[in-house]
Amino acid sequence: MSKSNIVSHLKQKKISEVLSTGKRMDGRSFEDFRELTIKRNVLYKSEGSAEVWLGKTHVMVGVKVGTGTPFEDTPNEGVLMTNAEFTPIANAAWEPGPPNENSIELARVVDRGLRSAETLDTAELNIISGKLVNIVFVDLYILNYDGNLIDACSAGAIAALMGAKKPVYEVVGNEGKPTGEKVPLTVKKKPVAISVIKIGDKLILDPTADEEDVMDCRLTVTFDDDGHLCTMQKSGSEGLTLDEIKKCINMAQEKAPEIRAKAIGD
Amino acid sequence: MSANFQDRNLVLPGDVLYEGRIRTGENTYRNQDQVYATRLGLVNYSPDNVSVVALSTGYTPLVGDVIIGEVIDMELGEWRIDIGAQSEAVMGIPDAVDRPFRTDYVMTRVLDIGDTLIAKIVDLDRRRTPILSILGPGLGKIHDGFIVRFTPSKIPRLIGKKGSMINMIIKETGCRIVIGQNGRILVSGPNREREEMVVKVMNKIELEAHTSGLTNRAQEFLRQLKERSR
Amino acid sequence: MSKKTTTKKTATRKPARSKKAKTDSWKRADGRAFDELRTIKIESGVLPNADGSAYIEMGRNKILCGVFGPREMHPKHQARPNEAVLRCRYHMAPFSVDPRRSPAPSRRDQEISMVMRSALEPAVFLERYPRASIDVYVEVIEADGGTRCASINAAAVALVDAGIPMKDLVAACAVGKVEDKLIVDLGDYEDKKGQSDMPIAYMPKLGKVTLLQMDGIMSTEEAEKALDLAIEGCKKVYEIQREALKKKYGIDQPQDKPQKELQPEEPKEEPEEEPRKEEGSQ
Repeated sequence: MSKSNIVSHLKQKKISEVLSTGKRMDGRSFEDFRELTIKRNVLYKSEGSAEVWLGKTHVMVGVKVGTGTPFEDTPNEGVLMTNAEFTPIANAAWEPGPPNENSIELARVVDRGLRSAETLDTAELNIISGKLVNIVFVDLYILNYDGNLIDACSAGAIAALMGAKKPVYEVVGNEGKPTGEKVPLTVKKKPVAISVIKIGDKLILDPTADEEDVMDCRLTVTFDDDGHLCTMQKSGSEGLTLDEIKKCINMAQEKAPEIRAKAIGD
Repeated sequence: MSANFQDRNLVLPGDVLYEGRIRTGENTYRNQDQVYATRLGLVNYSPDNVSVVALSTGYTPLVGDVIIGEVIDMELGEWRIDIGAQSEAVMGIPDAVDRPFRTDYVMTRVLDIGDTLIAKIVDLDRRRTPILSILGPGLGKIHDGFIVRFTPSKIPRLIGKKGSMINMIIKETGCRIVIGQNGRILVSGPNREREEMVVKVMNKIELEAHTSGLTNRAQEFLRQLKERSR
Repeated sequence: MSKKTTTKKTATRKPARSKKAKTDSWKRADGRAFDELRTIKIESGVLPNADGSAYIEMGRNKILCGVFGPREMHPKHQARPNEAVLRCRYHMAPFSVDPRRSPAPSRRDQEISMVMRSALEPAVFLERYPRASIDVYVEVIEADGGTRCASINAAAVALVDAGIPMKDLVAACAVGKVEDKLIVDLGDYEDKKGQSDMPIAYMPKLGKVTLLQMDGIMSTEEAEKALDLAIEGCKKVYEIQREALKKKYGIDQPQDKPQKELQPEEPKEEPEEEPRKEEGSQ
């Protein structure tokens, strides 16, 4: 992902130089997050929603609860579907079109975090076993790109789900009919993704777009409320030593509670 | 024959600036008897001319401009350079290399994809593609520093009358600053702190470009920043 | 975008009055008069990565527009030798409607993209930028009827914000027929229950209609009256667009008063050289 498609050598050199002094281009330390603001329930047509600003990265998360048939192997469980959209307004180099590998990766990493942590009570989403269940759609809509989309979207997804309501259905005969009532969606866990990027031998959190442009690789680690790992994803063209991986996991683990608190709402 | 606005009023595209005979300047167009604004900006009336100083505009390449760009592609004998304009710029080897060279000259010796350079626009070809050259003092590949974006139309304010503003900043911060007319400014300083001061004062100038007394305020601002850092 | 607390009453699900009610006391489902527009809020310069941008709330519609360009056209073979190509893309977020829709572009999306382009092209000096593209991207975050008009309104502001030279702004508004009455700026409910819908876009200073569509049933008299009403609606929108653009620069001037107090005392600082002159002065 990049603001243009070419990496600037000057930018690479400057960022490395500044990092070697222990700071970043915007003055932050390696572990500092940019200002994170999350507003909940901003969309009236969605069952749940959250608007996230992380620095200049701006994301809208919409949660919609519909109905459909369950998967064959889980006939009594509701379905979670996560989708990400890299809109062309978010970045000059992003062209309209079908999802590219980066937006698919983003959606799948956020999804795996939610799923592995058992965020939703999928049993409560069952309406008629084997026939009708609630489907929870989490749509991650990128409005402005300035790095660290995964963390912003993961926090936004939790915030949106926590404020989400699902329509109540009653079973009449063998059909499910909406009663018109809405109840809050149960959110059992609040998994939060923290991404660590490597530039040279430095490990830093919450990268800007420029930092992502020049990064060697990235490791995203998602933690649930109990401090358990529930997702990991490495991307990028360079490798990580075992030591670096351990450091990344530590950095992410230390940061997760702070971001979770923001996602839940102070 | 009449001006419909006061001098330096804010006008929008479609506003009728003048009715009657008058020379039309920048950011205006004439339709029969009426002169309209084509961009958002401040209208400027002089005895024989009406124009608009655009407040929001992209960069329009002009021959003679010194610009800062990035190499995005290389073809036979030619670099393609992004300068943030409506068209990419090109530069041929003769405009980059000052001595005889062979046809199989290795272009990456001079500039590679991803390199940033300071160049001069020496021509606009018949398709309005800017033709660049790095032959000349102060031009060429940039090895140090970073690029800050600045609204092209506000660059005169950053330079100041006879360079008063930019020279003041250079003096107060000790940084090397090269202004690209295309809204890209190279900053390279003795340390990060000084560089950050330049970025901060440039942000201030960009926000307050339409106000008066700015050079003095900017200088005061820089002095305060320096005080705080002691 | 901020969370709006809706204090006005939401549309009821049945028409407020029967046909027999007196015309002047007839109110719409949301209480508006026949020629009353929904509340409009427009902000320019809201997207950091775009060359120009605007955000509009028109009733409960929430729409973002980003403009990129003029820039080199890719793919190159689609570039036009003597003018820029204006590319418009209308797109809706899956959560913008109920029930959720797929993010993939629908045929309606493509048609609206096309009419947006025809609505905006006449206002843009395309010939100024041969072989370039000017990309206008609209993202509908929430839809509540009249999104194509709201999109055009946002796009016009975003184009000016991007510094693209224009002949005029373009303002859009729809007129429809509900219970045999002509009404301006239909909400989603009125759109669905109505007998006819006519969106138009208009360049007020030049007096030209650049978008005209219609569906449903109307007599020719109704259609002509609808056009008049729509143009009046567009003029109202136009004022709001202008305010939004001016607001960004913090200057709000009535046209006929002397503005001495607003003028900076110091003469504008100019570089020593000749001020840069553009070819063609456009």
